[in-house]
Amino acid sequence: MENKEALVNYCLRIGDSSLVLAQRLAEWCSNGPMLEEDIALTNISLDLFGQSRMLYNYIAELNGKGETEDSIAFGRNERAFYNVLLSERPNGHFGDTIVRGLLVDAFNFHFYTQLQNSKNETLAAFAEKSLKEVTYHLRHSSEWVVRLGDGTEESKEKVQASLNDLWKYTDDLFEMNEDDIVLVADGIAIDLTAIKPLWLETVTSVVKRATLTLPENGYMHKGSRKAVHSEYLGHLLCDMQYLQRAYPDAKW
Amino acid sequence: MSDLDKFLKKIENNVKIEPKDWMPDGYRKHLQGQMSQHAHSEVIGMQPEGNWISRAPSLRAKVILLAKIQDEAGHGQYLYSAAETLGKSRDEYINELQTRKAKYSSIFNYPTLTWADMGAVGWLVDGAAIVNQVSLQKTSYGPYSRAMVRICKEESFHQRQGYEIISHMALGTPEQKEMAQDALNRTWWPSIMMFGPHDADSARSGDAMKWGIKVESNDELRQRFIDKTVQQAELIGLTIPDPDLKWNEERGSYDFGEINWDEFWAVVNGDGPCNDQRIDHHIKAHEEGRWVREAANAYAQKNN
Ligand SMILES: [Fe+2]
Ligand SMILES: [Fe+2]
Ligand SMILES: [Fe+2]
Repeated sequence: MENKEALVNYCLRIGDSSLVLAQRLAEWCSNGPMLEEDIALTNISLDLFGQSRMLYNYIAELNGKGETEDSIAFGRNERAFYNVLLSERPNGHFGDTIVRGLLVDAFNFHFYTQLQNSKNETLAAFAEKSLKEVTYHLRHSSEWVVRLGDGTEESKEKVQASLNDLWKYTDDLFEMNEDDIVLVADGIAIDLTAIKPLWLETVTSVVKRATLTLPENGYMHKGSRKAVHSEYLGHLLCDMQYLQRAYPDAKW
Repeated sequence: MSDLDKFLKKIENNVKIEPKDWMPDGYRKHLQGQMSQHAHSEVIGMQPEGNWISRAPSLRAKVILLAKIQDEAGHGQYLYSAAETLGKSRDEYINELQTRKAKYSSIFNYPTLTWADMGAVGWLVDGAAIVNQVSLQKTSYGPYSRAMVRICKEESFHQRQGYEIISHMALGTPEQKEMAQDALNRTWWPSIMMFGPHDADSARSGDAMKWGIKVESNDELRQRFIDKTVQQAELIGLTIPDPDLKWNEERGSYDFGEINWDEFWAVVNGDGPCNDQRIDHHIKAHEEGRWVREAANAYAQKNN
């Protein structure tokens, strides 16, 4: 296959973002504000784990070197993970998690909508399946942002602060590198500059309904395309990879 | 016929008691206690298993565990709703849990120390729960009985998944096998204690049997669990940590050793290794979620 390396990198980026966010959301289990939210956040987490597994299996197939979904998930260090910076942000309080969800879900919604038309059939099918899931995720996060924004004074203040805090990681979602350029030319990848206005429209309309204020664009953190992360990611991986690293010969 | 006679007649004829039916005060109180205890167990049980979600050793194992715990949350939700039909709200029940007026299954006051515990808990704890819950499908209170029917299907998946985890480890590397045996050693006695005191020492059992809430005794259920579990352990080369365990030809059952009831009562009364941790965790999550619930209520009120 032509441009195989670019395709592998592209899949890693999507798969890692799903995996890391799934791992974060799973931390809510038994910690939610109500049992219903333990269940809802677990649902989203399970969808995202499923998405990452599909892509890791595809990568293993593309590389043909005997990798598995697990060797890909558990065998790499933080400098080889390409998840978007937002996905590794700590859960914080429920409002932080929900806002992080909105920003990522709105991106995923538009991204998968377009990726359905990819000339790569595997990615197109993956996008179609994932779109159904992220449509629900986006509804869940949007409804909660609205409830928290238009709930009590305390909740409004909290969720506005979450939005202001997390805003600076949003440009990272839209970064494009050589892989994008090559794959966009092939009709496989999505031009992210075209997604950005759609994403902004979705986020803006939710923010409005929530009676919140869209943050000003200030300094933006980036780095995920080069696998340069915050300190948080190393700890997340350390936890996640512990058994595979401690007992490399064991099968589970 | 008096209300009480009509009630007892229904029990005798296996007609389920429904929320709007007349029932003796003691019956209602007993069910409120038992059903909420059951609901609390599902919810508190999320913690020891949740302890291993982030560290599950494969993606497949992780999603199975996460989905399992999600099922338990669903069981909790469903049982709270069923218990609410007895005229007490979920908030009231939760308050009783947090103020330690209500109990939950003591097994969840033990820590989950290695990944093998995810196997042992599914295999033994869900396994014991199934024996109990299959029996409770015949309980006399309609909403409780229906909840048990629905829940049992999922519990048997959990039991099989747990057994799969511990089997892989028992048949794996020497270190894995050691972890598997260790998990069995720690979980065995607490799981057979899950059935509660011996019939002779069980104060509340009398009424519960008379009213058809319980249909089989603690000892009968415990024996059934032991009999079906021993061979499962043998099959994967693990040893049940009871030197007195022996097949009794005459009874067609296993004889087993003396249960440490001092330990049982200590844990029930709050002195297990994790009692404080479990309740503190529940209270912390509940308190941290307060502003969220308030916001949701405020929003719902504004928009109605
Ligand atoms: Fe359970
Ligand atoms: Fe359960
Ligand atoms: Fe279960």
